[in-house]
Parts: sequence; C-alpha cells; structure tokens
Amino acid sequence: MALLEVRNVGKSFGTLRALDGIDVTVEPGTFHGLIGPNGSGKSTLLKAIAGAHFPDSGSIIFNGRDITAATPYERSRAGLSLKFQITAVLPELSVYDNVLLALQSGESLWSLLRSRSRKILHGDIMTALDRFRLADRADDLAGELSHGQQQWLEIAMALAPRPRLLLLDEPTGGMSPEERRVTGELLQPIRSHCALVIVEHDLDFIKDICDHLTVLDQGKVLDDGTVAQIAQSRRVQEVYTSRV
Amino acid sequence: MTAVAGLLARRRGRALRVLPLIEIGMLLVALVTPFVLGERTALVTLATNVLILSMLAISFDLCWGMSGIMSFGQALFFGVAGYVIALVGRDLEFSHIWGTLPLAAVTGFLLAGLLGAFLLLGRRTPTVIFVALGTLTGSYAAERLVSGWQYVGAGNGLSSVKLLQAGSYEFVEGVEFYFLALGVLLLVYIAARILKGSQLGLVLAGMRQNEERLAFFGYRVQLFKALVFAQAGAVAGIAGALYSYHQGFIGPGNMGPGLSTTAVLYCLFGGTGTLIGPVIGTAAVEVITYLLADIDAIKRIWPILLGLVLLAVVMFQPKGILGIFVSDRERIGSYGVRTEGQE
Repeated sequence: MALLEVRNVGKSFGTLRALDGIDVTVEPGTFHGLIGPNGSGKSTLLKAIAGAHFPDSGSIIFNGRDITAATPYERSRAGLSLKFQITAVLPELSVYDNVLLALQSGESLWSLLRSRSRKILHGDIMTALDRFRLADRADDLAGELSHGQQQWLEIAMALAPRPRLLLLDEPTGGMSPEERRVTGELLQPIRSHCALVIVEHDLDFIKDICDHLTVLDQGKVLDDGTVAQIAQSRRVQEVYTSRV
Repeated sequence: MTAVAGLLARRRGRALRVLPLIEIGMLLVALVTPFVLGERTALVTLATNVLILSMLAISFDLCWGMSGIMSFGQALFFGVAGYVIALVGRDLEFSHIWGTLPLAAVTGFLLAGLLGAFLLLGRRTPTVIFVALGTLTGSYAAERLVSGWQYVGAGNGLSSVKLLQAGSYEFVEGVEFYFLALGVLLLVYIAARILKGSQLGLVLAGMRQNEERLAFFGYRVQLFKALVFAQAGAVAGIAGALYSYHQGFIGPGNMGPGLSTTAVLYCLFGGTGTLIGPVIGTAAVEVITYLLADIDAIKRIWPILLGLVLLAVVMFQPKGILGIFVSDRERIGSYGVRTEGQE
C-alpha cells in the first residue's frame, strides 16, 4: 500500500490555478522529489499535504486514511512532519529546548504540566543533536546558529517525533556546497523508517538523494518517474531549457 | 538586551539568574511593608490594593507574556467575580473565605473559558488583533450591561459588600487583610511559576514565538491557549473577589476597558513574561499615581504626567523596568535537564 496518495488535487488562489488535478504517489521508505520551475506549484502541493492549505478538489490519502480536511495537528499525529521553506526554529529558545519541544509533542497536557518526561527524553534529544552535528551547540539559542545549522536543527526537530513521512521544503536553501553535501548524508539514515517528500531547486542535490521524481509545471504534473527516467524525459528537458 | 542585562547575563556564556534575587527582594519588601507603614492606614490600604491588582497584572502576564494572547479584557473576569461574591454576600448572607474565593476562581475560569472558546477555538487561527478586540469588546459590553442593570446596582455598583470571613473572624481593611492578600498572591505566583517552568511552560514559550510551527509539531495550540486564558481568568477572578471585599464596593468601572488597559500597562511597565515584572509594575504605577495625586502643584495634571511616564517606558524600554536587569534568555527560561544541571 502506498504511504501517500495525492489524487486529482486542485487549489486556486483567486484566479490563479496553483494546482490542477495533481496525482502523486509516495511509497514507504522512498525519497520523493518534487521539482519544477518557479511558480510550478511545488511548495503549494507540499503545503496541501502538510495541511497549511486545504485543496479545493481531490483527496489526500495518508497511510490509508483520508486526511484531505485534517488539521495540521491531526496530520502530525498521523505521522506527517514538515520542515518549512523559511527556517522556523524558535530563535529565543535554546537548541536543546527546540528539540525537546518537538519530542514532547505527543504528551498530554497533564503530563507536560508535571514535567515528567524531560529526564527520559534527554538521551533522545542528545542523540538527535549529535546526529545533526549540533550537540556542542545545545545550550546556545537557536537564533544564534548559522543559517545552515538552523536548517539542520529544523530537520532534527521535524524528525524528532519519528514521523512516517517527512516533508522538506527547500532544505538546502542558503547553504554552502559543503553544507548541502552534509545535509544529504544526514538524511540518508532515515530511509529505514521514514519516507521523504522534498521540494528543492538544487537538481544535483535532488538527483543525489531521491529515488523518484515528480516534475510539476504550471500546477500540473509534467512527468513522473525514477531519477534516470526523468533525466531522459524530453518534456522535462524542454521546460527546463526554455524556462530555467 | 541592555548593557546591564548583558553584563549580568554572561557567565562563561551561561545565564546568571537575576530573577530569583529580585523575587526574594520583593518578598522581603512585602513582608516588612506593613510594619514600616505602621499606623498609616491609608498607605496600608494602598499596599493591599497593590497586592490585589498585582494578581490582575499576573493574569494578563499569563496571557500575553507567557502565551501570546493579547487580552484587553482581564478586568471582565475581575469585575464579574467581584460582583458574584458581592451578590452572594448580599442575597445569601455568605462570605466565607473557603467558599467565596474558590467561587470567584471558578467564575473567572468559566467566563474566560467561554470567551476563550469563542475567540480562540475556531477552525482558523485567530489573529492577535481579533483576540485583542474581542476581549476589549467583552469588557466594554459587560461594563455597559452592568451600568444599566438595577439588580446589581446599575451605575452605582454594589456597596457595603459583606466582610470576608474565616470562621467567626472577619477581615477588615488593614494589616490582616494585607497579609491575606499577600498569602493569596504568593499562592497564585507560585502556581504561575510552576506552570512557567514546566514542560507546558516550554510549549507556551514556543507558542508565543511561532504558533504555526507548534501546530505542525502536533500541538493543539488553540486549545492550549484557551486553557491558559481560562486559568488567567481564574486568577483575575480571585483578585476581583479580594478587591470587592477589601474596598467594600464593586462597580461597573471594575470590569471595563479602563481597568483592563491598566493591567496591560502594569505589565508593560514592569516587564512582561517575568511574572515578577507585573508585580513591580503594579507597585510602581500605583505608588507614582498616589504620590502625584498628592502633590498640590500638579493635582490637576497628574494623569498627564503619569501618561507621559508610561509612554516613555513603553517607547524607550519596551521590555519594562526588569528588562534593564534580566536577560532575554532568563526571561524566556530554559527547560531541559541538561541546562538545569549545568547552571
């Protein structure tokens, strides 16, 4: 069974048709890239999957459950996690507390008030920070990190609740080539338990880490297939050579 | 961060904790105040009012300073609870402390819960402006409603409120009432401090910074907000009941936008998000008001002078008086065991 099925999804903003009959299927454990020229609808589709936008038509099935009208809270509880395009760490909290906040999200109000889990979660927090090379910055404010480190922190936070599907919106935006390379390395180990849908302009990065690509253009699916298939696609080449 | 706060905040890169020192200092001042004031009952009354209004200011700090809910209606819960206990005293001849203070808390909690459910629990995330105007409207509407309602004294309010009782003992205005108010304020303060320092406090701190991010983590942000708002309503309710007993009077003005806005000013003056800041702000504003109103030369223009002082603080020291001494890091707090262990 597919982990995520986007079926004939449409979304308009006023007279602009941002998504027009989009179909995308994501299998468990795969890294799925969404690419396309600026304004093709990639981020809008990602936000529709995450619950930041509600589609005007079509349906979104996640793990066998229709989540088309579900709130971000409900989608998160179902196992979806999102990293925003614009870094959305909590700058006035420490790096450590940012991850704690992400990890404790499944707890009840009463449990949070009693603060019973912060000792239990300490190991998981340090493991997450260590994996994303942030352990030595744990006590610093998140706002004091470099841009690349903030991106890593947000990915660490998005992965902390162990989602089944992680949605990444331009995770390498503003990163140096070295940081991009490291980001690819940091993401590989999650493949065993988490699928990935990633929107990214850096095609080299996408080709390096993704198994499957969906190419969007003007709100429609232009092509869909493995990285090798898309690399050979004449329609995709035409769009990229004419507009990118 | 100011230079003083910056100086105080760095100790091998870690926050030096100033707030506990200020809290202990304030507690000591509060404990000796009635003895210093002695027989000057007007000043003891002023000090008692400061303690009671501090609770109202803390209720606003719970909303805005801790949770990002801009409430211009905290006096609504203060006033309604004050009316409720005044009516219970008048109509039921009951003013026992173990019954009336919990009743005031429940009144504030339920009323704020109701208003919070209406303002905060919609499908779309409410804006700060929507909540501010909604609470302001509630406060204004309640004041107008009560002003025309004969059963509750209309524009004259309810006077001769039955004295607060504990067994056969009756609390009259003076040192005993002062220490009662101080005791209740301490309980409220400790409860708010526990909330702020808990993992739930971390959620509130996160909400204030980026509630959309928290929603995508799976937090029911609006529900959290509604619960904090209701809890703040309970605190305002307790303050309203004590005010009503202490003054022997409650009127429409005690639930209107005037007092609601004053509570906001107490917090902004002292420093939001610190809990002790609103207490300091309340004391400062009330004492300045008292002093200015007592000087013959400026008797007619003291509200203008007070307004200018408040304007200057809000414009040039937006983090309030405490912002001079307390770093942002300490104001917001640290929640993990790692940081606690190292400090």
